[in-house]
Amino acid sequence: MTVAQTVAPVKMGGQPVPRLLDTTDLRSALAQDLDGYFEQLVLCYQNQLYTFALRIAGNPQDAEEIAQDAFVRAYRALASYSPEQVQTLMLRAWLYQITLNIFRNRVRGQRLKLVPLDDLGANAPEPAADQQAEPEAIVARAERERELSAVIARLPERYRVALVLRHVAGFGYGELAALLNQPVGTVKSNVHRGVELLRKALDEPVEEVRS
Amino acid sequence: MTPQKNNPLTEARHRLRELRALSTVSAPPSLLENVRTQLGPGDSYAVLQTPLGALLVAYNDIGISTIRLDTTPHDFERAFRLRFARPIRQVQALPPPLADAIQAHMRGEQAGELPFDLRSLKPFERAVLHKALEIPRGEVRPYAWIAREIGRPQAVRAVGTALGNNPVPLLIPCHRVVRSDYRIGDYIFGQALKRAVLDEEGAAPDILEELGRAGVRYLGDPSDGTFCLPTCAGMHRRNDPQLLKLHSEHEATNAGLAPCDACRPTLIT
Repeated sequence: MTVAQTVAPVKMGGQPVPRLLDTTDLRSALAQDLDGYFEQLVLCYQNQLYTFALRIAGNPQDAEEIAQDAFVRAYRALASYSPEQVQTLMLRAWLYQITLNIFRNRVRGQRLKLVPLDDLGANAPEPAADQQAEPEAIVARAERERELSAVIARLPERYRVALVLRHVAGFGYGELAALLNQPVGTVKSNVHRGVELLRKALDEPVEEVRS
Repeated sequence: MTPQKNNPLTEARHRLRELRALSTVSAPPSLLENVRTQLGPGDSYAVLQTPLGALLVAYNDIGISTIRLDTTPHDFERAFRLRFARPIRQVQALPPPLADAIQAHMRGEQAGELPFDLRSLKPFERAVLHKALEIPRGEVRPYAWIAREIGRPQAVRAVGTALGNNPVPLLIPCHRVVRSDYRIGDYIFGQALKRAVLDEEGAAPDILEELGRAGVRYLGDPSDGTFCLPTCAGMHRRNDPQLLKLHSEHEATNAGLAPCDACRPTLIT
């Protein structure tokens, strides 16, 4: 999906700016006028980063704070980069990396709340509405998504992160290796292990879920 | 929805499809709002010509957020965004009341308190700067004095760091804080400017440093029975042979002198 499809023309000061075409244009715009275009960046990536944070952190409150911190951190970093550095940034991977670092720092600081599986259902955000689907199908799908999210949230961190980046965010192994600063082999093995653990967890009914 | 258990490949594909389908959760509207709030509407800045040079002054609704001397708008904006993580834009001129207040302040006129935005600082740093604001023009205080006054007598080094991070030098007079032996010490804008500003304010840094080199820490006035820090009410400039040159608090007490109420000279050493 291009920037033009996801972003309304909004400028921080309130003045409208022309629609942006793609991330290359967004980078150029940020390099020239950070304050004018930063909000475009947030609008463009907020759903992706929030979703990523949600999948790795496992609850919406932490996810929102993590994504929010990531954008503030990104602003600060962009402010310190030269225009040439901004032009050459791999913007999407870079933002995911910031988000991941914030998540890891929070885990280290033990600030994440452990949410029991039963509560997750009540707190989980509604999945994006599917207008065409039948109501029963929506309910069934929502239930399935809740279950999947809960299981992912319980995977050991290294498999969880690798799995989510590969199969939810859709990064290639090369990008992932750079993003995680790990050899491709390690990344692949972690992703596979993650998928394997996920499969096992979904096949074995968990007692907390079936009350 | 149910995967076909008898075909592992189909099942695996199904799982991955499900995972990808997970990828669309809309961020709550509060996310953008909170990022906006955290970054703030941003500050404005303008250049103000002063006797010390071109002063770049950033301000917002709360007050003056930072100043720098003789730097380019580009470097100023860059440093601002890096430190405060919020937008900044140049305006033609400072609001006239603010410009007048700063000029009056720099001339040493009693023009009321300037408004400052010190939100970005930690409580300790704010306490240090508020204490520095109490030091009268023409006087100095040791770093250890600030540390004691704010109830953190051991934190002398941290006081030095907090003063070095003063976002509003000159207007919050961190230059009026010196070492315990009255050597001038470091300054954000360089030691030469610190000395020049202190001299201009009438603190006579050369006389002060000479006293310090001779091991003098306090001056005693037998006529009123008190002892002071040397710059208290310009005592060191009086060149009064009646004044006692004291090397320690012990010496002062032995001479029957009590600490002055105005400069509260007793340092914990």
